[in-house]
Amino acid sequence: MAVVDYGAGNLVSIAQALTAAGAQVVLARRPEGFAGVDAVVVPGVGAAGPAMARLRRHRLDVPLLAWTAAGRPLLGICLGLQLLFEGSDEDGAATLGVLPGRTVRLADAPRLPHIGWNQVERRRAHPLFAGIGQGADFYFVHSFAAAPPPEADGLVLAETAHGGRFVSAVARGALAGVQFHPERSGRDGLRLLANFVALAGAAGAGHTGAGDQAEPGPPMAAG
Amino acid sequence: MLRVRIIPCLDVARGRVVKGTRFVDLTDEGDPPELAERYAAEGADEIVFLDIDAAPDGRATLLDVVQRTARRVFVPLTVGGGVRSVAEMRDVLRAGADKVSFNTAAVREPDLIRRCARRFGSQAVVVAIDARRRAGPADPGAGWEVVVKGGREPTGLDAIAWAARAVGAGAGELLVTSIDRDGTGEGFDTLLLRAISDRVPVPVIASGGAAGPGDFVAAVRDGGASAVLAASIFHRRRHAIGDVKAAMAAAGIPVRAAAGSVG
Repeated sequence: MAVVDYGAGNLVSIAQALTAAGAQVVLARRPEGFAGVDAVVVPGVGAAGPAMARLRRHRLDVPLLAWTAAGRPLLGICLGLQLLFEGSDEDGAATLGVLPGRTVRLADAPRLPHIGWNQVERRRAHPLFAGIGQGADFYFVHSFAAAPPPEADGLVLAETAHGGRFVSAVARGALAGVQFHPERSGRDGLRLLANFVALAGAAGAGHTGAGDQAEPGPPMAAG
Repeated sequence: MLRVRIIPCLDVARGRVVKGTRFVDLTDEGDPPELAERYAAEGADEIVFLDIDAAPDGRATLLDVVQRTARRVFVPLTVGGGVRSVAEMRDVLRAGADKVSFNTAAVREPDLIRRCARRFGSQAVVVAIDARRRAGPADPGAGWEVVVKGGREPTGLDAIAWAARAVGAGAGELLVTSIDRDGTGEGFDTLLLRAISDRVPVPVIASGGAAGPGDFVAAVRDGGASAVLAASIFHRRRHAIGDVKAAMAAAGIPVRAAAGSVG
């Protein structure tokens, strides 16, 4: 499993939590870092504009787009989720545009940033949340959240209330994103990461390894 | 609904958790990662390490402690004490901390808040404000003065004005300690907390003076705090985190269940 390292901060805790959840983790600092992995995790904290600039400088934006276009497993966390959408109202930055909609400031929030543990209310079942209670608490720290348009409502996996309601998890095919920090959300957070590792392993078992080359070989180990 | 956080604070020196009075007569209280893990298991919503090490190699020791903790404790970790530059903050975050708390360094150089927030995001920048009442209860309108160096050095700054300025510079949270109440067990200074939480849009963490679960309730209900930090009340096992959360829940304050929160 590759954690995309574009100098955006909290990847240490994500790498450590993924390791605790059973993954073998490599840090992808260059496009070649995606070779031979089953899944990609995009972390990130802070603002979208500088993050996109760093992704481009490290030449990681194009391989990320190719990865999602191929329908391979990816988990975006916090800003890493927001970057999957088309753009951010935070600084007007254009982002990857894999998913429809923009990132907007939380509406009617009593206090911002939204920092702390809050309930993640699922709209539909998904293996990412297997074994995790409905309305379980996860740790958030952000002021903005992705807002898919009504016609893309099917993306929405879960919502959370802080003043108004916002989208706290999305999924489409092998692509998933969470606005909270599973790597800092105790037992349920580790469970979610382990679920993602298992999903990636299952997808990897049907896949043949790096890229789309049909090389015969054993299934990749989970992560 | 957003939960009110309970945050145990651990003083760290020479790679160990220590306890003392005004940084003297330090006694060894244990291994930081081990204690952090225990608190996380008991339901701590976040952990704060306060670095009080004055030794020349103290920084390297602290980074090692942070690294060992982040490997086994999966709740947010904040490190405060002695961080004076963007590079030092980067090192602490790379070791596995989620946030850095600035106190004296922010007062001396407010632009440090702006630079660190720009580089790492406001959510990673906590400004700690130690405040002392300017006058006794006879004159509640006199306000509070910012003090540094554990309360030994007055700065002349008004605490409420400084709070607003720190947030304007990019602080994502404020950790507000009443130096008058710290270590006294007389309860939090809820007037100070209320004055600051009404003035700024960011979360305010209450600190200084907790003796019992009722004080935590007051910090939230009367002071408007989003989180409550305490040290000795937890270390000396006078009250478990679960007791505090139970009292808060009974008072109608939303808290995260302590069970199922093993870090």
